[in-house]
Amino acid sequence: MPNSRDQLLACIPRLRRYARALVGDRSGADDLVQDTVERGWARLTSWEGGSDMRAWLFSIMHNLRIDQVRRPSVLTETLNEETSMATALGSPSSGLELRDMETALRALPEEQREILLLVALEEMSYDDVAQTLKIPIGTVMSRLSRAREKMRANMEGRAYIAPLKVVK
Amino acid sequence: MNTLPITEADLHAFVDGKLPAARRLEVDAYLAQRPEEAERLRAYTAQNEELRALFNPVLDEAVPERLSAARPRQWQWQRLVAGLAIALFSGTTGWLLHGQQAGEIQYAQGDSMQARPALYVAGLAHQAAIAHVVYSPDVKRPVEIGADQEEQLVAWLSKRLGTAIRPPRLGKLGYELIGGRLLPGAQGAVAQFMYHDATGQRLTLYVSTDQAHNKDTGFRFAQEGPVNVFYWIDGKFGYALSAGTNKAELARVATAVYDQLEKPS
Repeated sequence: MPNSRDQLLACIPRLRRYARALVGDRSGADDLVQDTVERGWARLTSWEGGSDMRAWLFSIMHNLRIDQVRRPSVLTETLNEETSMATALGSPSSGLELRDMETALRALPEEQREILLLVALEEMSYDDVAQTLKIPIGTVMSRLSRAREKMRANMEGRAYIAPLKVVK
Repeated sequence: MNTLPITEADLHAFVDGKLPAARRLEVDAYLAQRPEEAERLRAYTAQNEELRALFNPVLDEAVPERLSAARPRQWQWQRLVAGLAIALFSGTTGWLLHGQQAGEIQYAQGDSMQARPALYVAGLAHQAAIAHVVYSPDVKRPVEIGADQEEQLVAWLSKRLGTAIRPPRLGKLGYELIGGRLLPGAQGAVAQFMYHDATGQRLTLYVSTDQAHNKDTGFRFAQEGPVNVFYWIDGKFGYALSAGTNKAELARVATAVYDQLEKPS
């Protein structure tokens, strides 16, 4: 059985894929991964061997990300080559642009984006998503549902209309 | 039909391939009667596929060394000290060699000043560099309270920062304390201590006590124009050492500062 150190290293590519999709820019995503890995190393002893290391690391990343997003200084992001004026100012959304997958993903609230990504990229079970993010399964399902419908509306170039509850 | 009603959760599980085969057949039958729903689920399935197509290539990228080499703090320090030993022994070559071993020290250079996660931590370096540039060229009044009144300086800054704080002694490295001042930081009071060496080269240590929300970091290096900054977070304290000197010299001083902080006298 691979030791915990190797297991952690083996998770890095997946953490990077997820972070890239969640954060958007490459260096910001890798910074998030670096912080996650550092925290993972520091707490490796608190990880219970036998439990799913991937879910544990994604939990760590999720918590770090919450701290970042809450931090007001995030708003003072400086412009560089990767952040074009258009994205920094919030480009006027034309129908054409909205059909772009990445733009549609970016337009989702983070709490919906992370669930869609854990499901689509990580192929996590809904229960695992709920555990990783420490939210009830019902919340996972409703956010997933809204995320997918918003994405579909965006890709089709129409406005997302919040669905009414269908009573059967 | 004599089956459980198909729920929204079933439809998502259908898209994600998480349904048992029997249930899957039931959903197939359900969708056959509802072309609009079938169309909706096809769009969701396509989203999954497109997301994978978009981001799976990241899996095949070479992992940057700063990620695979990231270690808890003690490791970074051990390696830093090892790197310094080499640096002191063979000058710049040693430093460069060390830099290759510990990519995380260099990463704060350049573009990561803009990087979001490191932003606040890097913000510390940025603020320290600005404070250095503003006060260190001042000939007449570089500090508010001079080293000749060190006890007063210590008492005053400790009171204003709400925690005992004392300038490290760097005389052995050739740096004498000039004095210190109080500055506004991002969240509150910040202290700046200024030192100079025999040639008049000035060095400032910026101490912030509002870093509790940041996790500890290892040594990080940033360059702000002509000013080099070594900085790190330790508990609620953020330290940034700024000077116009070269990186190896600054690292030497930073190590001495760190050592004194670890072993409070």
